[in-house]
Order: sequence, then C-alpha cells, then structure tokens
Amino acid sequence: MLGGWGNLMHPGREVTDERIERLTDGAVLCRGLGRSYGDSALPPPGVLDVATTIKADRFLSFDDRTGELTVEAGARLHDVIWAFLGRGWFVPVTPGTAYVTVGGMVAADVHGKGHHKNGCFGAHVTHLLLRTADGRMVRCGPNKEAQLFDATVGGMGLTGHLHAVTFRMQRVPSPWIYQESERVDNLAAFLEGLRAAAAAWPYTMGWIDCLSTGDAMGRGVLYRGRWATPEEAGRRKTPRPKARVSVPFSFPNWALNRLSIKVFNALIYRGHVPRAKRGVVHPSDFFHPLDKILRWNRIYGSRGFTQYQCVLPRAVGSQGVHRFFERLTQLGGASFLCVIKDCGPQSRSLLSFPMEGISIALDIAINGQTQTIVDALNREVVELGGRIYLAKDAFTQRADFEAMEPRLSRFSAVRRRYDPALRIRSRQSARLLDPADAPATVHSSNHRGVDSPDGPQGGTR
Amino acid sequence: MSGARVVLLGGTKGIGRAMARILSQRGDRVLLLGRDVDDLERSAADLAVRSGAAAILSARCDLADPSTFAGAIAHAEEVLGGIDRVVVTAADFATQEELEATPDRALALCAINFSHTVAFCEHARAALARAGGGVLCVFSSVAGERGRTPVVIYGASKAGVTAYLEGLDHRFRRDGLRTVCVKPGFVHTSMTAGLKPPPFAGEAEQVAAMAIKGMDRGTPVVFAPSIWRWVMLVIRNIPRFVMRRIGF
Ligand SMILES: Cc1cc2nc3c(=O)[nH]c(=O)nc-3n(C[C@H](O)[C@H](O)[C@H](O)COP(=O)(O)OP(=O)(O)OC[C@H]3O[C@@H](n4cnc5c(N)ncnc54)[C@H](O)[C@@H]3O)c2cc1C
Ligand SMILES: NC(=O)c1ccc[n+]([C@@H]2O[C@H](COP(=O)([O-])OP(=O)(O)OC[C@H]3O[C@@H](n4cnc5c(N)ncnc54)[C@H](OP(=O)(O)O)[C@@H]3O)[C@@H](O)[C@H]2O)c1
Repeated sequence: MLGGWGNLMHPGREVTDERIERLTDGAVLCRGLGRSYGDSALPPPGVLDVATTIKADRFLSFDDRTGELTVEAGARLHDVIWAFLGRGWFVPVTPGTAYVTVGGMVAADVHGKGHHKNGCFGAHVTHLLLRTADGRMVRCGPNKEAQLFDATVGGMGLTGHLHAVTFRMQRVPSPWIYQESERVDNLAAFLEGLRAAAAAWPYTMGWIDCLSTGDAMGRGVLYRGRWATPEEAGRRKTPRPKARVSVPFSFPNWALNRLSIKVFNALIYRGHVPRAKRGVVHPSDFFHPLDKILRWNRIYGSRGFTQYQCVLPRAVGSQGVHRFFERLTQLGGASFLCVIKDCGPQSRSLLSFPMEGISIALDIAINGQTQTIVDALNREVVELGGRIYLAKDAFTQRADFEAMEPRLSRFSAVRRRYDPALRIRSRQSARLLDPADAPATVHSSNHRGVDSPDGPQGGTR
Repeated sequence: MSGARVVLLGGTKGIGRAMARILSQRGDRVLLLGRDVDDLERSAADLAVRSGAAAILSARCDLADPSTFAGAIAHAEEVLGGIDRVVVTAADFATQEELEATPDRALALCAINFSHTVAFCEHARAALARAGGGVLCVFSSVAGERGRTPVVIYGASKAGVTAYLEGLDHRFRRDGLRTVCVKPGFVHTSMTAGLKPPPFAGEAEQVAAMAIKGMDRGTPVVFAPSIWRWVMLVIRNIPRFVMRRIGF
C-alpha cells in the first residue's frame, strides 16, 4: 500500500534505483518524495509499481557565473539549499517544505512565498531531460520542443519521466532572512495587507484562523520577508540545517477536533504579541517551518487528511474571497492550517496552478463529510472562476475539474501526441483526465505493469 | 581529519555514496574507483558540485577483475599525491537461494567479496604504507559473525573479510596502519531492495556517518546501527544446538 502525504492509502509499491535510465525503463509513473498530498504520485488502478527517483539524486553541474544548476530528478531540495546557501546562492522558488525532489517541483510547477515576484519554479528552468512514453530521451526547454516543455512543467508526471533538470539559482546578499509579521483582524484587512506587501517585499504569505466568524472572519497573521543585508546579518555565522524531531506514531483519530484546532489557532493569533514583530530569522523557520517535525502528517491519525488548495482570480475581489470563507464556515470545515497567499500572473505552462489572485490552502481531516465539503467548495470555485491545485487533490470530481480548466484540452492534445497509448498514467489522471477508453487494468504481475517500450534508448534491465 | 586524501571503492551507490558526500563536503579529497566509467564520472561531478571543489578524476577498478587493481591504485596515488585513507564499500550480494541455484554465481560472489577484496586491499595497504600508515576501512557485515541459514555463502565471504582485517590490525598496527572493519546490520539500499526489513533497519547516511567516525578515531570494529553490537554479542554466544533449533 502506498499513499501521498495525506496518508490516504491505495495499492502501490515503490521501485528504486540509482541509475535513472534503468529505473524509468517501462515505468508507468515516476514518484519523488511523496509530498503531494493526494493521488498524483500513486499508480493508476491495476498497476502496482511506481518508479521512485529518490536514489537518482546526483548534482551534475553548476556554472557559478550564470547560477545554472543541473541535477538528476531525484535530487532533494533540502540538499540543494544546504549545499549552496553558504556559497551565496538560493533556489529561485521553494514550496513550504524542503523535503521534495527537484523532479516533483517541476512536475507540480511549485510556487512559494515569492510567487508574486518570482513566479513558479518552471519559470526558472532552462532545460529538461525527459524520457517520453516511447522510451526516447528528449531535451526540451522554453525554446526547444516548447509544447512538450509547457505540458511537462506542471504536468504532474504525465508527459514523461524527468531524468535531469537544469534551472537558475539566485544570488542572495546573506544567508539570513529579515522578517516582519503582524496580527491582522479580518479578511478585508488581510487582503489589503497582502496587496500592499507584494509591492515592496519579495516574500509574503498569511496564516488565517478559519474558525473565526463574523467580524473576526479572516483574522490571522501576515508574514513578509526578504533576504537580510550583510549588515543586518551582522556577525551571525552561516546558518545550519535545523535538527528535526519526529512524530513517533499516528495520533488517535479524535486528537484533532474542532476544539483542539480552535485552541491551537487562538494560541497562534493571541500568542502573536506584540501585534507586529520584526527581525532576522533562520531561512528554514521562514520558508519551511513544518520541516522541524518529521512525519507531522501523523497528527491526523490513521484516517489521513487532504489539503484543499484553490486560487480565486483577482477580479472576484474581497467579496469573492469572503464568500468562499463563509461557505467554508457553513460547511463546518475545521482546518488546522489555512494559508493564504497573493499570486502573480499565471505562467505559460499548460496546467500550472497559480493565477493572478488569491490562493487559499486548508488541511481537512478525512471523515464521512470530506467529499461533500470538497464538492461544495469546488462549486464555489467554479462559480468564482478559480481552480484547484492537483498536487494537493484527492477528492475533486472530473466534471468540476473540467469546468475549472479550459486549458485541459490543450494539455491533453500534447500528452496524446507524445503518448498516444497513454502508457504514462497516475491514479489522479485516471480519476480526472484519462478518457474512458484508456487502458483500465494491466496485468499487475508484470514487474512494470506494462510492456517495456522498445525505443532506441530502451534500457537493459 | 579533514583535507585527507581518500580513495573510495563503491562510491556510486548506497553507503559508499553517502560516505563520499560527507567526506567531500567536509573538505576531504575523495577519489572514486568503480566498474562503470561513465557512472563514476557522474558521481565525481556530484561530489564536486555539492562541495564546491574541483572534480577529481576517477578510475576504473572492478572487483571482478583483479587486473584493474594495481593501475587504479597507481592512478589514485598520482592524482592525489599519496593516499591517507582507503575505503571499500563495494561488494556483491545475492540471496542464499540464488547462490545455491547457480554455483558459478556463488564462486563469483566469494571472489568479489573475499579473495579479490583481499588482493585489492594488499595493493591499497602498500600505498598507505608509502604515505606513512593511514586508515584502511572495509565493509564486512553482521552476517559474517555466525554461520546462519539465510546467508550461508555471503556470510562466509564476509567472515573472511573480518578475519583478514583483524589479522592486518595485529600485523601492521605498529607500522602505523589503522584498520576499520564496519559491520552493518540491514541497511535500506539497493543491495537490500525487495527484501523484507528486519527490526533495527538502518539508513545509508546513518551508517556512513558512523563509519567515518570510526575512521577518524581508528576504531577497529564498528557495528552500525550500534544496537547490533549487543545483538551480535548474544548471537555469538548462542550454543550451536540452539541455533539449529531456531533455524535462525
Ligand atoms: C508541508 C508541505 C508544504 C507544501 N507547500 C507547497 C507550496 O508552498 N507550494 C507548492 O507549490 N507546493 C507545496 N507543497 C506540495 C509539494 O511541493 C508538491 O506536491 C511537490 O510536487 C512534491 O514533490 P515530491 O518530490 O514529493 O513529488 P511527489 O509527491 O512524489 O510527486 C508529485 C508529482 O510529481 C511527479 N513526479 C515526481 N518525480 C517525477 C519525475 N522524475 N518525472 C516526472 N514526474 C515526476 C509525480 O508523478 C507526481 O505527479 C507542499 C507539500 C507539503 C507536504
Ligand atoms: N545494505 C545492507 O543491508 C548491508 C548489510 C551488511 C553489510 N553491507 C555491506 O556494506 C557495503 C555497502 O553496501 P551497500 O548497501 O551500500 O551496497 P550497494 O548500494 O549495492 O552499493 C554497492 C557498491 O559496490 C559497487 N560494486 C559492486 N560490485 C562491484 C564490483 N565488482 N566492482 C566494483 N564495484 C562494485 C557498486 O557499484 P555499481 O554502481 O557499479 O553497481 C556500488 O557502488 C557492502 O560491502 C555490503 O556487503 C550492507
């Protein structure tokens, strides 16, 4: 059995190998560190094996004039960050955890606190080395096999298996972050605060207490940050990776309930005294606060959880966002963490998640209500002209997804061109994308689930 | 000791790859030996990019082919200007069932893990002596502690390595040679992929860090994870008729 980060389990088995050309030979799907919450890194029904890239993690080259770094797809973001921060470089985009692979970052076209300024990760990728479904090795980039490139960035692994990724690192003035944070009383103030911060700060985001209602709806803490100047960093030494503690076992399913979440949220909000704080902080505390706790997903118990993340276009204004939160409150969707972020323009990639507007991410424990909650939220999102993030999703229904994604037919056309037989699939693609005539079940006794492609680069297993 | 000149046979995968990264990131100069030249080059580039140092030219050395040993050690001495430490993580593994089914496979494994490893270490030892002593760190296994049902042949090959290293220690310690015999328990690597992990399974990075600490201190025997020291103390003392009974 295998799950995503939300611990919702399905049949699946990980195959690993240091040699990526051997690993992806005939593979149905690649998987990285399994930090996508839902079913995007799980094999489709009827297939057992996924090709997990985490042993194919070599750094291949670095050009210290341009900052161009080439790594194998399984390289860990954590390793990239800590190999380069002390040398004055940082990744152009990081998601909220460093325990992801660079391949997974491309496949989900991840965004971070800097989206309004830096865009998604794909905007900084210069080359991809990809094995397409026929077994061929293809190089693509923004100006080379550009359609394949645009479908692969954000394409959730469905256009081919990434072997190597080249992207541009960014210079930083010091390895420390200067952060300001501020308690905000309601949603309107929050959206205004995010907008204002976006103009002046490279990194912004907010945490919202989504159990607060009425006038206090949308209260929370707003964070903004930038790299500290060498003067601000002062005599601090180069920061080191933080030690981690582990959640040793799954919490009982009742541990996280409306009450405990309410207490937690109130503590964060009221605990933020004084109202506004500022200072130099460790980059992991700023970018990856949850990474200090290994396997924190166990606090949701054995039933697991899902994350619901959507983006609402700027045009819906604060009323639109308000309406979304009101719906959430009606549904009683208690959420431990709700993160809100101001997004910049949508990228050229065909299925990339962010669009100009407001992104909202909530964790939801799985119970009998989850499907109802997700369906109801999706209806709001469709009406408001937004969309959901595939890297987080496990519950969205096909009709809702199609209603949110006018770009889908272009993506599917490119995918079909490189993979007419749809050999590359995931549990998520079977749920949301694949046509009904796609190969539903393949004999699972076969090691790879499908016959090996006999392309010119077909490996030698 | 950082800035050491280290030769590593087996650095393309698993525990060896993890050791090579830790050593080069702390400033040691690590030269890789192995059987696939293209793959070695990628691993050497990995160390260079991660550490920010220049890549070090690796050389072909195949434990299945003893004719490659002398040349590989000579190459390393020349490139590094002398060798302070030699690490051998390279080894062969197959299940007892596979080895029983094909005696040639059993012969090849015994050659790679024992006789050829000894021959390689003899070349390495001479090079270390030329630089004034040094450390020879070779990976054996807890499987070499006692003859056991699931690892009759592999275990015997590792028992040979353990005995060889202890003998070297007694014979050459006075001349400045330090031997480190690392005995891992089950570690999650490609070698054990597909096998069911027993209790106390370790990770490559953890075992790598313990082996390096052992080299820095000159510890003759390193059990990794360390719980295996106590497990093996018990197992070594179980009478044979009991071992036979429990079919362990
Ligand atoms: C705590 C936490 C915080 C997060 N914060 C953010 C955030 O701020 N912004 C954001 O954008 N995301 C965020 N995420 C989501 C995460 O960044 C993405 O899901 C990312 O894709 C995970 O990478 P992974 O290596 O774990 O990939 P997996 O989860 O293993 O796989 C994800 C997708 O990538 C594909 N894939 C992986 N490797 C390859 C390859 N070699 N070739 C082709 N396809 C491949 C898989 O098929 C799958 O579709 C967060 C996740 C967590 C757990
Ligand atoms: N993993 C365990 O559970 C475990 C337990 C006890 C002891 N050990 C011992 O620990 C050591 C390291 O194991 P590991 O798990 O890291 O193994 P691994 O991941 O399989 O790596 C083995 C390494 O040895 C190299 N190698 C294999 N045969 C070779 C040959 N003929 N010539 C040259 N190089 C060769 C491989 O190179 P290629 O890339 O060319 O294949 C690879 O770099 C071994 O001695 C093993 O016996 C391991």
